[in-house]
This record gives sequence, structure tokens and C-alpha cells, in this order.
Amino acid sequence: MSDVAGSAVGAVAPVAVHSVFRPWWPGVASTAVWAVAAAVTGLLPDHGRAPAGQPLVECEVVIAILSALSVLIGQAGWFAPLAYHGRRIAVLGGAVAVWEIVTAKTGWLPLPFFPSPQAVLDVYRVDSGRLAQSVFSSLLILVPGFLLGAVTGFLAGLAMGWSPEARYWGNPVIRLLGPLPPIAWLPVALFVFPTISTASIFLIALATAFPVAVLTASGVTLVDSRLYDVGRTLGASEGFLIRTIVIPATLPHVFVGLFMGLGASFIVLIVAEMLGAKAGLGWYLQWAQGWAAYANLYAALAVMSVLFSGVTMALFAVRRRALRWNRETVEW
Amino acid sequence: MVTASVASATSAGGLAGASVQVRAVSHAFGDAGQALPVLDDVTFDVPAGETVALLGPSGCGKSTLLRLIAGLSAPQAGRIGVDQVRVVGPDPSRLLVFQDPLLLPWRTVEANVAYGLEARKIGDGQERVRQALRMVGLAAFAAAYPHELSGGMAQRAAFARVLVNHPRVLLLDEPFGKLDSLTRMTMQEELLALARRHAFTTILVTHDVEEALLLATRVLVFSPRPARIILDVDNGLPFPRLRDDPAFIARRREILIALGHGEEFAR
Repeated sequence: MSDVAGSAVGAVAPVAVHSVFRPWWPGVASTAVWAVAAAVTGLLPDHGRAPAGQPLVECEVVIAILSALSVLIGQAGWFAPLAYHGRRIAVLGGAVAVWEIVTAKTGWLPLPFFPSPQAVLDVYRVDSGRLAQSVFSSLLILVPGFLLGAVTGFLAGLAMGWSPEARYWGNPVIRLLGPLPPIAWLPVALFVFPTISTASIFLIALATAFPVAVLTASGVTLVDSRLYDVGRTLGASEGFLIRTIVIPATLPHVFVGLFMGLGASFIVLIVAEMLGAKAGLGWYLQWAQGWAAYANLYAALAVMSVLFSGVTMALFAVRRRALRWNRETVEW
Repeated sequence: MVTASVASATSAGGLAGASVQVRAVSHAFGDAGQALPVLDDVTFDVPAGETVALLGPSGCGKSTLLRLIAGLSAPQAGRIGVDQVRVVGPDPSRLLVFQDPLLLPWRTVEANVAYGLEARKIGDGQERVRQALRMVGLAAFAAAYPHELSGGMAQRAAFARVLVNHPRVLLLDEPFGKLDSLTRMTMQEELLALARRHAFTTILVTHDVEEALLLATRVLVFSPRPARIILDVDNGLPFPRLRDDPAFIARRREILIALGHGEEFAR
């Protein structure tokens, strides 16, 4: 009886949804805000000389149209991941409009330090080749350096956590050299290594290895020793214990070290590129400043933010896979 | 002793109990200067296939004795033997089940149970693992991770992880101590059935007098630290044992008095 009643309600409910149209309010807000932004950019007269606003207007109009469509589909289940960002997208439109007004339309913020949004957008049209080259060049240093440091730090930390002898020799190194900012080694690295690239890779490896080693070593000492009793009675050799108990139990700590190392790596990468390189995003920032090309500078900062955020999210994805057994794994 | 080992060698099935000899074992923690004695001249024998309960106040050193029998550490004085062979280290024929399941959280139930076979490179253990999971009623949870199990299920998995290795001596360190009382009763009955079917030798550490009397053929009562045997109860009650059997109640009272509890609590 109750089943029948339930299915009757279930059959009626979708009809009710279709018959009474409910707009998705974040979509409405986003449409309005981006339309205003487009109007500000396209219709208000520019204050002084500014790059053509047309491409920016087109972008703003496209976002406004997509927002208008979202008013109809905003409630749909498949749209939920994007709908989550709805209010953020609306506020972003307002920020762009304000930025447009205080730069291109009124000149309240002084040039060349505060370029208009269309000037920054223009950089991606004019200079995308050089930006892509810079990203590629930076990754060519970041990725090998980070991987080298991760492996070195993990092995060193494992040895220090497991063997008292390794701990005896490793501790003073960690204590004395650990607090040194890795970038302080740059002058040394520059004459030890043949190229600025290899020197930078070494410094990034250093920046990653220290936190990974410290966290791995402490992770090993935190393993519940009763698990070793279980393993040993079941017939595990020392190598098997390390492989099946020590390493998996330590992995959550290793990832904390990897995140700390990644943050340090970003700093080392950009500073090293600013100080000595002829390529890469750090060099691009330096070059843009030298030419007072501040629009290029902001464009490169935006690229950097997306790139570093992407690399961080990639590391989180690896962690989520590796630690899927761990109920306490937190999302970023 | 000779007859006991012959009996264990001839008993049916893959599992056969071994006899255990504990001779004048004394043990202390810490340095020679600041030694904390935990075991004081403990001597007893467990014939093959029997279940002996070690009963005593918590922290008295029963668990230490179990670790020594497991071979996880060596006694400072005295000798421990299994089938008259001196214990020198851990061995998969003598396995421990602790109060906590201590499953490896990064392994599924199945992989946890397979751990011992994997460690000893015993191939095609899959059927043995399945069989052990069926034995403890966890066949449907082979692919689950430990955090998805209830406390009782996790403890069953811990038993399966041990049983899959066909141990000859089962060392149980308050294995039901953290379970709710209904689950505990069920698992006590299941342990009895398993022990009787497979005839392995069981040494059960507990501080629950009823549990000792329900499961064991002999109950050794220990003093507070350093532990000495203060009472040796031959518990030949027939199965199934009932908690309200007058003989059961009489033994419980005898043990509680030995543990220093007055008449009024021993009822």
C-alpha cells in the first residue's frame, strides 16, 4: 500500500517541476553582472589610450549568454559541479567591471603599473608563444627537481626512521642544513653545476628532499609497533615488513612532506629563474618588468597561478589514489 | 609429553595442536639497575589440543608471557618450549590474536588474511584464504577495507588472518575484550567450536572469570605483578557450559576469592 502511494508521488513530482518554472538565481545574477561588465567595456568611452576593448567585450558577452542559458538548466543534476561555482562567476564579473572602470574608463589607477583587463587579455593574443615556452621551460626544471627530491627525501627518511645508525648520521644534517632556505645555495650551485637549469633542478630537489625526509622519518617512528609483532609472527622478513607495513603506514606523512616540498619548490623555481635564467616564468616576470610591460607581468602571474594550482591538484589526485584506504584522507 | 606430541601428529586435518612447556620463567622490564619484575618463576604445561586460560588482574604480566611464548622476546630466566623444542623466535605455527584487531588498514580483508601466506611465499593461497573467511563468516566482505568493518567483524578478520596459516598454538590476548557483550558471546561459542574441530592448542589471556571458565579446560590464576601462579583450576565441566550451573558458580567463587575479592562479590 505504501509502495503504491510512494510511486504515485514519484510519478507526479517531475511533472510539477516542469510545469512550474523556477529560475536558477545565481545564473540570473551572473547574466546581469556580465552584461553590465560588457556594457561598461563596450559603451563607455575610454580614458586616454587603451588597447581595443572588442575581444574583452566578446568574452563578457559569451559569459553572459552562457549564464543566461544556465538560468534554464541550473537545477539539472549534471550541471551541479559547475553550478557550485555560480555565485563566484557572478562576483568575478563584478570585479572585472570595477577593474575596467578604475583603469581604462577613468584612469584612476596609474599606468603603466595598473593595466586594463583588455590589455592583459591582449597579452595572451600577442605573446602566447613566449608564455607557452616559459611554462614548458619552467616545468622542465620543476618536474625533474621535484621527483628527484621526493625520491631522495623518501629514501633518506625511510632509512632514518628505520635504522638508528642512519638516524645518528642524518639528524645533524637535517638539524643544521634543514633550516637554510634552499635558494641560499644558489651561488654555490651556480659554480658547482654546469648550467643554471641543472643548478635549479638541484635546488628544487633540495627544497623537496628536506621536508619529505623529516616527515617520512617521523612517520616511520609513529607506526604502531604492534603491527610489527603481527607481521613478524606471521613470518614476515625485515624487507617484507618495510614493504608491506612501514611504507604504507608512512605514506600519509610522506604526502604532507611532498606538499611542503612542492610549495618550497615553487619559490626556488621562480627566484632561480628571476636571478639567472634566460627562460621560464620567473625570467618572464623579470623581462616584463624590465620593459615596463606590466600587462605581460599580470598575464604571466595568472598563468603561474593556474599552473601551480594545477600541479598541486595533480599531487592531491595522486594522494587520493594512494590513500584510498584511509578514511581520514581530507580533500583540498 | 611424548603421548601428547604423538596425539597431535596423528590428529585429523591440517591443524594439529602442539604441547607447550613453560619452565621456571622469570622476566623483567627495564635495565638491570631499575628492573621492573613482571613474571616470577612461572611453570606450567599445556597438553596438545587443550585450552588453558591465564587469568589475573590487568597489567600483571600475562600478556608478556604470551609474547614470550610467541617468541617475540626471550625470557630472562627459564625456558619455553613447544613440543619440547625450545622457542627461539616467532613462528607462524604459534600465532597471536590481540585485543585490537590490528588489521593493516591499507589492505582489504582478503589481503590481510593472505598476509602470512604472502610473507612466506606460499603460492595459490586463494582457496585457503576463502576457506578461512568462510570459517569466520566473512566471505561476503573479502573486498572490504578494515575501516568499513564493525569491531566484531574486524576481530573475526584477525582470527581468519591467523587461522589461514594452520597454527598449532593459538595465543589469544583478551581477544574479545573490546567487543560488545552479545558479539563476545557469539564469538566465544565460535572459538569453542573451532578449537574442538581443529584441535589446536589455545592459551587464552583474560581477566574475565566467566570467559575463562566457559572456554578453558584449565584456568591458571595469576597474582598481581610480578605474576606468579596462585591457583590452578582443573575445569573439566562438560560442554555446553552454563553460567548458572552450580559447579560453574562454585569455581567462579573459588577464583574470585583467590583474586582477593570478598565473599559478597564472589556470589
